[in-house]
Amino acid sequence: MNNPEPENFGAHSRRTFFKSLGTVAATAATAQVRSVAAELEKANAESVIGPGAVPVTLKVNGEKLKLTLEPRVTLLDALRNYSSLTGAKEGCDRATCGACTVLLGDTPVYACQKLAIEAQGYEITTVEGLAKKGNLTKVQQAFLQKDALMCGYCTPGFLMSVTALLRKNPKPTADDVKHACAGNICRCGTHPRILQAALSAAGVATASKTEVVNYV
Amino acid sequence: MSSWPAEPKYISHSTARVDAPAKLTGSARYSSDIQEKGWLYGMILRSKWPSAKVTAVNLDKARAIPGIKAVVVAREAEFNVRYYGEEIAAVAGTSKQACLDALRAIEVKAEVRHEFVVNETEALKADSPRVWDNAPNAPTPHVHENGNVDTAFPGCAAVIEGFYTTAVQVHNPMETHGNTVSWTDEGVTAWASTQGITSVRDGLAGALQLDHSKVRVITDFMGGGFGAKFGPGVEGVLAAKLSKAAGAPVRLMLTRFDEALAVGNRPSSFQKIKIGASADGLLQAFDAENYGTAGIGGGADAGGGGGGADIPMPYIYKVPNTRVKQSAVAINAGSARAFRAPGHPPASYGMESAMDDLAAKLAMDPLELRLKNDPSEIRQREYKLGAEKFGWKQKYQKPGSSPGVVKTGIGCAGAAWGGSRGDRNTQGDATINPDGSIEFRLGVQDLGTGTKTVIAVVAAEMLGLKPEQITVRVGDTNFPYGPGSGGSTTCPSVSPTVFDICTKALEQLQTQSGMADVRGENWFAACKKLGVSPLVVHGKWQPGLSTDHACGVQFAEVEVDTETGLVTVKKILGVHDCGLIINQITLESQINGGIISGMGYALYEERVMDDLSGVVLNPNFETYKLPGIADVPDIEIVLINMPERGVIGIGEPATVATAGAIANAVFNAIGVRVSSLPITPAKILAALGKVPPPVHA
Repeated sequence: MNNPEPENFGAHSRRTFFKSLGTVAATAATAQVRSVAAELEKANAESVIGPGAVPVTLKVNGEKLKLTLEPRVTLLDALRNYSSLTGAKEGCDRATCGACTVLLGDTPVYACQKLAIEAQGYEITTVEGLAKKGNLTKVQQAFLQKDALMCGYCTPGFLMSVTALLRKNPKPTADDVKHACAGNICRCGTHPRILQAALSAAGVATASKTEVVNYV
Repeated sequence: MSSWPAEPKYISHSTARVDAPAKLTGSARYSSDIQEKGWLYGMILRSKWPSAKVTAVNLDKARAIPGIKAVVVAREAEFNVRYYGEEIAAVAGTSKQACLDALRAIEVKAEVRHEFVVNETEALKADSPRVWDNAPNAPTPHVHENGNVDTAFPGCAAVIEGFYTTAVQVHNPMETHGNTVSWTDEGVTAWASTQGITSVRDGLAGALQLDHSKVRVITDFMGGGFGAKFGPGVEGVLAAKLSKAAGAPVRLMLTRFDEALAVGNRPSSFQKIKIGASADGLLQAFDAENYGTAGIGGGADAGGGGGGADIPMPYIYKVPNTRVKQSAVAINAGSARAFRAPGHPPASYGMESAMDDLAAKLAMDPLELRLKNDPSEIRQREYKLGAEKFGWKQKYQKPGSSPGVVKTGIGCAGAAWGGSRGDRNTQGDATINPDGSIEFRLGVQDLGTGTKTVIAVVAAEMLGLKPEQITVRVGDTNFPYGPGSGGSTTCPSVSPTVFDICTKALEQLQTQSGMADVRGENWFAACKKLGVSPLVVHGKWQPGLSTDHACGVQFAEVEVDTETGLVTVKKILGVHDCGLIINQITLESQINGGIISGMGYALYEERVMDDLSGVVLNPNFETYKLPGIADVPDIEIVLINMPERGVIGIGEPATVATAGAIANAVFNAIGVRVSSLPITPAKILAALGKVPPPVHA
């Protein structure tokens, strides 16, 4: 399941720049330094975008979103604040909580750590894009049935992480689920139910560990 | 007196959370998702000094930043800041980036004081810098005395002394504190991330000098509170002022960094405990001194932030001779706020640790010692049931006798929570339409505990309908009054209220329709007879349907790697009574949540402050550690069904005993006490004598 390559959004990409560095590395040290400086200057001259707003096109949940954004605007900021897609949540804005997890292709990423301009050309899926025509996906249904959510603020992130896991590995073990959700934090304490929901969505039966005992 | 249905169809069963689809599809709009027309971002500039006199704040350059629409100061004229993170000014602008630029452009002149203190023990010393100019950091301790400890100790067969400490814990709800506020000529509307819409309304009205009727607070969805989100906060008042100045709605949500500094925490505790028992294990004497910090809230003129640091001692036990001395110590740090079962988790941890240390001295099974001394019949029953299910007898070995490098251990601890029978002023109404559809409106809020679902379940039960046929609306101060969600009182507040609304609805519908039975399958026919006007009924909380005082015991099984110091919790068994179970599945989630939060308190969570600079060193999730999914153990729950008691809240009792149970299991595994939370690998290795003790043990 390969991700589509992003559309080229400038004459110079970081990759081509580093490739060119590799070539010059073979030359003499001083020449290399001079050459790196020249390359940098060239790169800067050719592909400087911003700091003012630039047109950005994102493909989110199958629809094109045409925005005008400063290059420093993150994908999360673009989704939540420059359009009405507030499903991905901001819990930390620094890649530690996972509430902003979205899919780029089939890969879960922290939307707070991707600039919107970098996300161009990818098929982006947010939590709003999971249920088609109001029909919950298997993962969403399992979350509902197992009560794998409380306040619900971390839930979109966990849903995306579990969805990505099951696309890659339809028969995960409990450890696979834990690994897939290692980048998501929940403060209400829904973790045991998320584990059950993920396994249940994959067709693994999970039993309740609660017993009700009458006092009298 | 009213009573609940004897053979319920939905009550005491499991109904899926009614707002789950909205939360699972991203359509739920949280306070941080509100996008009012023309809305602006808001951000706060905070003090970078732990103590300073701010003499001038120049906002001119910030105002000149493109996109900035309003800049306000937190306080007029000269003012003191007393902790790292105290509010200085706030900005509103058309983008997050503009606001960041503007914060950098604000010029603050301040006389920085190098005299400050962020360490509780240092703050207690006579020569410590003072947090408040006119008051000592620690007031005279409160002393409570019963019997005579001085004459009782010499007669004890076993006496232990311990010093048990707990760290400051930060609430860290996933949605940070904040509001979207719109202040127009008609009044103020605030979409608040709060657990108390009414207290936010009253707080905003007071701060802005508006009639309460001119302020409306809406909370459709909010991302967790845990006790820290009752009032509007400085951030709410600043958002309102920015909105007025800019003439536009302002969304001001705190950053994760802000969250660690200024909007509440659980106070620390430093518990010096001496406890004595007779040879048969009966407690005879308890002598304790405790201090802890609630930040600047511990001193005089706490400005409403406040919150003491006292804890209930000797917690759940009755001891004939006790002396308890306690004081709250002010330090230059953000104020404490209520945090899930305020006072109880540290009290349970300290006392239950002392109990296990005493049991070891008496060479007695610690469960046995509890059964001899716990005065609660319910907990006695819970311990016995739990022990059997947990396999306590088979698993128990003397402390430190587990062989090998990775040692196993078990422990247990008890909880109590007073709570209340609910707020007797709780009200609500329902509109019953001729087409049979019905909408309930209560001025409470659902902070993720399942309040909306509780309302739907009770209503469905009473009316003979299905929960999905009930529309529930909460989180709006335009609805009839409901209490803030604190003290595990929401469920016992709303359940009897909905009971009353439904009882009245059935009576009135019978009268208006002329039908003897309007429930269930007759509902729609009866509603049709209403003609064109809906039936609107109002109800309020009724006595006899709810109660207070929940108990609970928990058992923990851990593995301790004596080479790395790592503690792995293998299993927690929670045995909890909660009266009449309203909705089992959301109740279980509450207990899971309490246990996992308690586990964080036991093993990972600690606000770390730097003595030299006065800053919070871990205001983020990479260094303030919460339990993750891989840390969470196998959790088993036993619910003690006591429907005859009526409805009781569970949020708080569920989190109390976990840290004590885990700490005792660690002691049981390695045979030495780590008497300081969180129980980190460094402290384990230090207790085993493998590394020197940490500097701040």
